[in-house]
Order: sequence, then C-alpha cells, then structure tokens
Amino acid sequence: MTPIRRLAATLRDPRLAGSFGARQWNALIAVARAERLIGALAVRLEGRGLPVEVEAVLADARRSSEQERRAALWEADCCRRALKDYHGKAVLLKGTAYVAANMDAGAGRSIGDLDILVAEKDLDEVEKALLAAGWEWVKEDAYDDQYYRRWMHELPPLIHRERDRMIDVHHTILPRTARPSPDPAAMLASAIALQPDAQQKGVRLAKFSSWHGLHVLSPADMVCHAIAHLFADGEMEGGLRNLWDIDRMLREFAGSANFWDALAVRARRHQLLSHVRRALRLSERIYGTPVDEKLRGHNSRMDNLFEARLMARDGWGRQTRPLLRLAFTIRGHAMRMPPAMLARHLWTKWRRS
Amino acid sequence: MPHDPLYIRVPESELVWHPLDAVTLVYHRRSGQTHIVMEPVPQILSVMQDRAMDAPAIAARLAEDYELPQTDAAAIIGARLEELAALGLAERVSPGQADGAEGGP
Amino acid sequence: MMHELRIRVGPAAFRIGSAWRAPVAALERLYAAYPTPSYCDYTVRLEPARPWRRWLRPSVMISGDYMLPDAAPLPLVQGLLAAEMGMNLQMALGWRRHLLLHAGAAEKDGRALVMTGMSGSGKSTMAALLGESGWRFLSDEFALLGLEDGAVHPFPRLVSLKNEGIEALEQRVGHQRLGPRLRGTPKGDIRHLVPSHDAIQRMDEAALPRLILFPRFGEARAIRTVPPSELFMRLTQASTNYVALGEAGFAALTRFCETVPARAIDYRRGEEGLELIDQLWAQFP
Repeated sequence: MTPIRRLAATLRDPRLAGSFGARQWNALIAVARAERLIGALAVRLEGRGLPVEVEAVLADARRSSEQERRAALWEADCCRRALKDYHGKAVLLKGTAYVAANMDAGAGRSIGDLDILVAEKDLDEVEKALLAAGWEWVKEDAYDDQYYRRWMHELPPLIHRERDRMIDVHHTILPRTARPSPDPAAMLASAIALQPDAQQKGVRLAKFSSWHGLHVLSPADMVCHAIAHLFADGEMEGGLRNLWDIDRMLREFAGSANFWDALAVRARRHQLLSHVRRALRLSERIYGTPVDEKLRGHNSRMDNLFEARLMARDGWGRQTRPLLRLAFTIRGHAMRMPPAMLARHLWTKWRRS
Repeated sequence: MPHDPLYIRVPESELVWHPLDAVTLVYHRRSGQTHIVMEPVPQILSVMQDRAMDAPAIAARLAEDYELPQTDAAAIIGARLEELAALGLAERVSPGQADGAEGGP
Repeated sequence: MMHELRIRVGPAAFRIGSAWRAPVAALERLYAAYPTPSYCDYTVRLEPARPWRRWLRPSVMISGDYMLPDAAPLPLVQGLLAAEMGMNLQMALGWRRHLLLHAGAAEKDGRALVMTGMSGSGKSTMAALLGESGWRFLSDEFALLGLEDGAVHPFPRLVSLKNEGIEALEQRVGHQRLGPRLRGTPKGDIRHLVPSHDAIQRMDEAALPRLILFPRFGEARAIRTVPPSELFMRLTQASTNYVALGEAGFAALTRFCETVPARAIDYRRGEEGLELIDQLWAQFP
C-alpha cells in the first residue's frame, strides 16, 4: 500500500494504525502534513496507545489545530462585531463554519482565511463596514482588482491591519464564469442562524455576544458547497482533505430525515448534480462513506482518473504524476472561465511577468 | 443630548492576569492574544464586572478608590473603552441589549 | 532515488531526503556522533528546482513538512547549509513541545545561560566560544524552554559559524570538528562546527535558567539591566511559537521573565564578552 493510500485507509479505520512500523509512520506523517490532514488524523488516532514518538507528533498536531480553531472562531467573532449594523445574513463558509457549528468535519481541521458569503447587492455595505473595522486591501494591482470584481466570486481579499488575518467576502460560491452556476440567493435564504448559547451545536459565547447575523449554510447546501469547492475550484489541490470534509458531513447529516432527498434537490438547483454524484462515489471508494445508492449513480471510467489525481503524492510528501496534475490544472481553469476569457487572462499574466 | 455609549466587558473567566513591574499582562483565552496594559485599564475592567456601564459611571466608581483628574476623567476612560472594544476585551452595547446581558441567557 | 539520513538533535528527530549524495555525505560526517532515530518528527527535502537542474547548474530547493513559499534555492555546494536551514524551518514552524526562543544557550554549575538578540549580535560565536571554555554548549540557535519544568532543553545542532566567528573557533578546535568553508552564501562565509563530545552525549540533560543576556558585539563595554516587562516583550518577538502555544506559552514565558535576571551587554571582542559573562555569572548564584 502506498503511504497516501495508507493515510486514507487509516482515517477510514483507525484500528489499522496499530500495525505500522517506524518507516511507515515517517512516510504517513509526511503525507498527512502535505495533505493538511495531520490534525484530522491526530484526532482520529487519539487514545490508541501508539509508539511514544508517534504520540508526540500527534499531540503537536492536536495542539496546532486547537489553536487554529480558536483563532478562526475569534476572527469570526471580530467579523460579527464589524458587521453589527448590517442587517443581512453573513454566512460563514468552509472550516470556520465547521468549527462554529461544532461539526465532525471541524475536528482537527486546518483553517486559514475567513470566508463569508453575503448578498451581492450588499457587497458595498459589507466592504465599507470591514474597512471601517480595520481590514485593508491586500496590495493588488488594478488588473487583478478588476479581474476579481468582474469575474470571480469574491471581493479582492482583505487583511486586518492589526491581526494580520485575511477575509474573503463571497457573493456566490463559484466564479460567475464557471459552467455550473449555483444559486447564492437560495443558499442565503436557507442559511441557518448560529445559536448563541447551545452547548452541543454552535459555539459557546461570552454572554454579551449574540451571533447577530452570523449564519452557516443548511446541511445540503454545505455539502454542495464543499463538493463545488472540491472539483471546480482550481486544480484539486488538497482534494483529499476536501473529500474528507465531505465524508464527515455525509456521515453526520445522513441520520437526519430526508437528507439525501434534500441533497438531490439542492444539487439540481445549484447545477451540481453530476459533481455531487461523483463526489459521493469518490467518498465511498476512498473513505468507505455510506451513501445513497440512487444518488451516487453508476461508476464511470473518469472516477479512476479523479482517484489517481487525489492520490498523487509519494512518501516524502512530494507531488507525483506531473502530467496528470497538468491535465487537472487546465481542467480547473477551463471550468472557471470560458476559453476566450482564459486566453485573455493568461496573456495578461504572461505580459506582466 | 447624546448618551455616552454603554460597554460590557468580557467575563473574568476569559482572562489571565499577570502584573510585571510597571505593566500588566493580560492573556485573553478566547482570542489567544496577549495584551500589555497599564493603569487605568485593569482598574476600569475590575470596576465593570458583569454590568453594562458608560464612561461617567465608571469614572464615578473609580473616584471612590482613586485620585482622578477633576475635569476629563470620563473622557480618558471613554478613550480607553474604545481601545478595549477594538481589542475585543469590551463591547459596545445598546441599552436594550444591556438589560438582556445582565441576567444572561 | 532519494538519499536518506536520519538525525536526532535534542528532542527533535529529522528525516532528510536529498536528490544528491553530496549533501548527505557531508551531513553524515559532521553528525556521526549523533543518535540515529527510527521514528522522525519531520521530513526535510533537498530537491532540484526543476528536474534538469539536478545536473545542470544544480541548485537546491529546501522543502519539507513545513515550507516557505518564496525560499530561494541555494547552489549545490551549499547543500549542507540548505539541510540546516530546512531543519531550522521545521522547528520554527512546527515545534509545539517547548517554548522556542531564538537564542543561544550554555550550561555551567548545572544552570543555563541564555543569550538572545538580533542576528549578527554574536550569540552563535559566543555560544561556541563558551562551549570551548568550560561550559557545556546547549544551542546556538534555539533554546527550548520547558512548558512544565521551566528548564532550558538542549538543541545542540551544528554551530553555524559566520565570518569573524570562523577564525575565532579555527584557533581553538581541530579541523576534524569543522565542516568545509562555504563561501558567498546569503549570510557571507559559513563554516559548521561540531559541538564537543560532552555536549552531544548529554543532549537530553536540561538545566534551569540562571541568567539571560542580550549581547551586542562591536560596541564599547557596557552592562544594562533589562526589566521583566521589556524582557517579556523582547522574548515574544524572539519566539516563533509563543502565539501558537496559547496559554501554556503565556504561563511559561511569564514565569521565565519573573524569575530570570536579564542584562544587555556590549563588548568589542570575544574575549571581553567572555569576561563580562563570567563576571555576571558570579553575581547570580
């Protein structure tokens, strides 16, 4: 078994970890770090009495993800305070949403920037409120700025001048030019307000805080977003981690009534049905996720290619299979932008460098 | 006439205090940030407890225990409260919210 | 295929993979006395920037578990430096078991002296000189402060001697303890020094701190007391993992600042520095 396959297998079944030797651990740890899955692995393997050297590495990883979790929640809270007078919904996305809603997908997850979704008509208001609260534009040149605002699904990134943390303000979940066009208005309409005080679900807050306006996506939309992110956002870089998010969510949400029906309905609505089907198949293959038979559909030969792309890393943590990766790079760009626009974009980039 | 803004501070359980010669270090558990503060900041936070208060009310309470400047004590305290709010150690609340905050949910 | 070497330095174990034999051979010679671990905390990779750059004007990209996106490659003859930078990077970005201070350290009478300050302040040279003058060398780069025990844990990697530091130590140690002179590196000339046999043998023995110094090389002799609050602020700047450690880091650092006296010292020559250190060391029993 290759180290990256061993990583996926161990996440799926932590009992396997008892049989690994030192060389296997060294490779597994390098691969897990490269895939940003070391925190998730450390949480999965907690309390298994592994060799002390391994336990020390895993304890470091748990400490790091605890710190990332705290920083992400604090950043969300800072954003809440900045948007206090904004009366629309501000929806937390990705890692911050998973930890804020205390979901399994948040356990040990690495979290970078803060991503939020707001209504497109409110972008100016939100931008002004953030600028007033100490966020600034990351230095971008005029071309990039225009590119972001015209074609991408977010404002150009903002960074907070004191805390040095980035926020991405999205008005939709994929670029405007992407072939599937998910319906952000529907996502906003069904977004769920975070509960200020729930101990089980939702963050524990200081009692003066109210989440006033902070939301997360509904379960079906959250899965749709994660799947859109897995396939359509760039080059499937970090895909194994994104797929792990999906596995955790599917397992957690599957228990609630009508989840699979709701997922099918939302997938259609967001033009992501084929993506959702493929993600279910990949998640089932790689992580053994129990999925809805009807929705997953039939295996396709392309699935093998996607799986190979997700597993393109060696035991030193290096990316392998450059040709396959390149195929996905072009694919990633083509999905985001119609071809003529892509040519113009690349040309502008080449001329500048 | 405009009211002085009301503030409520973070709960004591979120803070770790450590005086070190001329300054006081405060570790804020929820944000993971360390702040270095000087007088009258620790005193302001200690007076506020769990109540929503404005700068003149804090000045009045502090005047019971400390020598404060006669004229602009409230203005100085108001400026410190704004800084505390920027750090996330205090938060501006509207009078309606302040009532709810008193009891807690 | 990759050439592999595993090394343990103090509490941290590294797995180094290189596309070339030469850097690994150089490391093997200099790290011969260090333990070889089975399990490793970190992977460091020395790779060509592009596949053909393995042979053509070979240059070494430093990568590994933790990486900086814009790290410039080094020429292959500086592969030893590349490996060292790679190991430092893993510690600086990944280590969570101690509060990591960018500092040199040495031990005498069972207690530790910590020296910190800006790069080029002479702390590396001073730590190396102490190691040859009756002290046990603990580290020239990272002092690992125990979160529970408050002790300084050794990290006695190779000492990276720079410019005038090279001559000072060449006079004191045999050539078998020195690496090749690397000319024209981004930091000037560099020569690696293998710590003393004793420093390597006792790399797991921690010592409680007795004194911290901020040395400054090339200035008129002077001593200034650094108050605890200033010490705290300077050490938060000198630590790469203070923020990441959260409350445990706060507790360890406040305890250190409250209990360990701090002095800034200026000196013109290494000898004068050693004298100042002996004088201050005697004042804090």
